[in-house]
Amino acid sequence: MADREEDAGPAPASASSRRPRLRRRAAPTQAEARRRLRAFGRFRPTTGQLVAAVLTAMLGVALVAQVRVTEQAGLEQLRETELVALLDDVTNRANALREEVDQLEEDRTRLLGAEGDAAAAEAARQRLQSYQILAGTVPVEGPGITVLVDDGGSVVTQTMLLDGIQELRDAGAEAIQIGTVRVVASSYVSTDDEGRALLDGQPLGSPYTITAVGDAHTLAGAMAIPGGFSDSLRSAGAAVTVVEADSVVIDALHEPIEARYAQPVPSTGTP
Amino acid sequence: MIPVLGLVVGVVLGLVISPEVPTWLQPYLPIAVIAALDAVFGAARASLEGIFNDRVFVISFLSNVVVAALIVFLGNQLGVGAQLSTGVVVVLGLRIFSNVAAIRRHLLGA
Repeated sequence: MADREEDAGPAPASASSRRPRLRRRAAPTQAEARRRLRAFGRFRPTTGQLVAAVLTAMLGVALVAQVRVTEQAGLEQLRETELVALLDDVTNRANALREEVDQLEEDRTRLLGAEGDAAAAEAARQRLQSYQILAGTVPVEGPGITVLVDDGGSVVTQTMLLDGIQELRDAGAEAIQIGTVRVVASSYVSTDDEGRALLDGQPLGSPYTITAVGDAHTLAGAMAIPGGFSDSLRSAGAAVTVVEADSVVIDALHEPIEARYAQPVPSTGTP
Repeated sequence: MIPVLGLVVGVVLGLVISPEVPTWLQPYLPIAVIAALDAVFGAARASLEGIFNDRVFVISFLSNVVVAALIVFLGNQLGVGAQLSTGVVVVLGLRIFSNVAAIRRHLLGA
């Protein structure tokens, strides 16, 4: 109906007498088109126009809704094949990441974990122990020898004592106690006013015992060297008895003196 | 005029109420929208040529939407949904372009 009204104007001017209904005619002139556009702008409520308006309104709603859905771009928008591909991709990546996690955890365990830690602790403990034994700050026990010296009246000289200590050390003694004195690196032998030997400034007394921890047989052999410690003491008139034992105890302790002058040189290498 | 107003009202309405698209409709809505757009541009061209008929518009609008949805449905059933959707979009896009070109020629003579 609107169409007919519209066509009433241009029809005689533009086209032939025959009016093909709803058939496309020759292209309208520019003026015609513009006039029709203006005519379209007029408000002419007819049933057909209203129905068309309802349809375009639905189109507008659908358009906006579709745009909204696309913006959300959820997984439900995808097709099955795309979902499968996506799933594959995600699974592959998850596997790769899991492998990486395993690898890293393994590394972490190796670096931090029980093995390295325990080994380091064990090494540190053993080093501490050997330093303590060397410094004479802990009592020790182990196989070794006990030398009982009864010299009656201090026949032992400074030289004999030094020889004895040196022979024991040569034979691999790991700890030595003479009388009540623990022999350590800083131990020294001196004499008092009457020429008697002093160990770390202390008289040995009589009788006294020398205890050494080490390989008992080697130590006993060292003591028995001709012209050695036992020999020279015996020739000076002392009674020397060497006893090998599976276990001797050295319980004299050395009190470590804090160094006043010596300072460790800072390590330049890696710690 | 009234259909244009209807389009504007529809867009505003969609923005305001932001309707939820039902899941069963989601595969068909994009193609249906493009088909409807094709009908709208065809109607604009027809009105410039003086042959606009609202009955034709309503029928072409609805048939476009239904056929587009049907093609998508069929494509999904046959396992070529994506390709067929692309084809439909290409064809409708070509039609929209040719209609817009005609409108442009009518109004601007170029």
